[in-house]
Amino acid sequence: MLQINNLHANVGDKPILKGLTLSLNAGEIHAIMGPNGAGKSTLGYVLSGRPGYEVTEGSVTFNGQDLLALEPHERAAAGLFLGFQYPVEIPGVSNVQFLREALNAQRKYRGEAPLTGGEFLKVAREQAGALGMDMEMLKRPVNVGFSGGEKKRNEMVQMGIIDPALAILDETDSGLDIDALRTVGDGINRIMRKPDKAVLLITHYQRLLDYVKPDFVHVLDGGRITRTGGADLALELERDGYKELAA
Amino acid sequence: MTDDIEIKDKAAWDAAEKVADYEHGWSSDIETDFAPKGLNEDTVRFISAKKNEPEWMLEWRLKAFAMWKTMEAPDWAKLNVPPIDYQDAYYYAAPKAKPKLNSLDEVDPEILRVYEKLGIPIAEQKLLAGVEGGEDGGLPQRRVAVDAVFDSVSVATTFRAELERAGVIFRSISEAIKEYPDLVRKYLGKIVPMHDNYFATLNCAVFSDGTFVYIPEGVRCPMELSTYFRINAENTGQFERTLIVADKGSYVSYLEGCTAPMRDENQLHAAVVELVALDDAEIKYSTVQNWYPGDAEGKGGIYNFVTKRALCQGRNSKVSWTQVETGSAVTWKYPSCVLNGENSVGEFYSVAVTNNHQQADTGTKMIHNGKGSRSTIVSKGISAGHSNNTYRGLVRVAPNAEGVRNFTQCDSLLLGSLSGAHTVPYIEVRNPSAQIEHEATTSKISDDQMFYAMARGLNAEEAVALIVNGFAKEVLQQLPMEFAVEAQKLLGISLEGSVG
Repeated sequence: MLQINNLHANVGDKPILKGLTLSLNAGEIHAIMGPNGAGKSTLGYVLSGRPGYEVTEGSVTFNGQDLLALEPHERAAAGLFLGFQYPVEIPGVSNVQFLREALNAQRKYRGEAPLTGGEFLKVAREQAGALGMDMEMLKRPVNVGFSGGEKKRNEMVQMGIIDPALAILDETDSGLDIDALRTVGDGINRIMRKPDKAVLLITHYQRLLDYVKPDFVHVLDGGRITRTGGADLALELERDGYKELAA
Repeated sequence: MTDDIEIKDKAAWDAAEKVADYEHGWSSDIETDFAPKGLNEDTVRFISAKKNEPEWMLEWRLKAFAMWKTMEAPDWAKLNVPPIDYQDAYYYAAPKAKPKLNSLDEVDPEILRVYEKLGIPIAEQKLLAGVEGGEDGGLPQRRVAVDAVFDSVSVATTFRAELERAGVIFRSISEAIKEYPDLVRKYLGKIVPMHDNYFATLNCAVFSDGTFVYIPEGVRCPMELSTYFRINAENTGQFERTLIVADKGSYVSYLEGCTAPMRDENQLHAAVVELVALDDAEIKYSTVQNWYPGDAEGKGGIYNFVTKRALCQGRNSKVSWTQVETGSAVTWKYPSCVLNGENSVGEFYSVAVTNNHQQADTGTKMIHNGKGSRSTIVSKGISAGHSNNTYRGLVRVAPNAEGVRNFTQCDSLLLGSLSGAHTVPYIEVRNPSAQIEHEATTSKISDDQMFYAMARGLNAEEAVALIVNGFAKEVLQQLPMEFAVEAQKLLGISLEGSVG
């Protein structure tokens, strides 16, 4: 589904990714772990096309398409979803309006008919319900006045509504208490654990992986994948730390 | 009528004919359709004569003209306006000035694109663009009653009959001057005095047409009144004059303007709007202004110098101004409320968008003379491109006005790094019991917000439109439903090209 080949990327003049190679197949969940500053968030931004993150070398194909040639909204329409580490507030715009416009923009790009207000609300209600989110919250402005945990839960509701092929989840577990972690983990499994979907989980800690069992764990350090293993690798990292591993 | 007009400047007259002939493609009798170029007493007489006005009206106009000649254009606004040559303009053009087209194919594709984005039905597009036969296009009935006037003349008559049954007078100001002279004389120039300001005085001398509304005591106007249809029917012209009188206990909602782009050969617009609300009366006045803003370099746009003022004369009277200003190269406009009545209420809700090289200096004045009078000001300025957007507002509390309250909120949103937002509040309080609150914010659309919206599937322009609509929501909510939907789309269209 996703092939990243020898990816180099700069933020400003500073090289962050230095030859990263990684493949995700449909049906797989990959976790990327690594120390602070290793380039984990940069990888998420580069893949979703954030301005200011410049690819200097390498290629990325997504379902056979040259991902890097697409604008951010085109990548979204192609089925890529980025779960934000710090979800952004948009005052005055309700979650319902935001998501309906976003979803219909994607559908339009793909040549599909837009969802009516009723159809959309039905989907939104299901997804919010499954993640234990009150519909009233969906009527409030996007992330405004939401707690850290609510914001992350909202990201999962959005993912459920948009129903992407590939989700890149950037530290979706940070700022969550144990109960919220379980809810979010269940959400990821329910929405994304499917034969035609894939997930790239970016995380510091192994605790989310208790709920979402990865098929592969990669260590990202110094802008490259330095080690790849199964779910056990995360436990090893938790026990020994990145330094030990590097040594 | 034209026989009475002495042609003083033969060259100007000839030039007028020539311009009229090939620029607009008019072949009708020029002498009866056109006042000669330039501004002098004859121009004023010509206009008055064309309209068969009574003597008092002509005298009033001439007095205003004499006054105007002694005045100078104000320069206190944060606007950079090149000197205007008042002699190099036409002050009267006959109705139906639009060239007739045979199909939409002949319409400027840029305009059609905007119609489409606004979601205006094809049949209505034809009417707006002046395509022959557009009236028979089988328009779907729209929910705002007056807009359905597009459908046919008979519908317009139906509305007029319904209004008349309710006792509402809804006329062009020219008709009203003839049909209801006493009512017009009682209020015309009483809210915005003839000497008020340079542009208002000019308007008094040369106003071409406009609207008169009277709502009798205790009547709730059965529909929203709109000038929308009249723009197409009668070409309201560059010097509009509007007078709305709401008698005791009455209510009216009035919509002015149009979300569709209005191109106009007249560069200078100087309208005057006067509102009067008597005891327990309420007037809701909503405007969407989308005059041609000029090209991306700022050339050729409309200069819009408008004086709008409401007199809340009666106890518990209320006037609410809502404006969405997206057009014009220059906007100079301060819809105000003089709150004389005890417990009277003034409201001002404004969204002003400037892009490219547009300049807007707009705001309001709330003059609290009545005890217990209250006012609310919510202003949302959005600046993009190289534009400058200024909020200028006055809140004044008279010494005798006990228990006055005002709440003001001024928010500015900047797009890009070359635009300017300015807030100039004047607060003059002469009564210690007043409670005045002023809040102001200035913010930018952040890269984070843009990327977040784009990562969810919106393109750059959709993302800006969404964020800006969120910013302006409190004001847009004040608009009548159908207007609000079009206004939302309009905000997005106005900001096209403002992001990379």
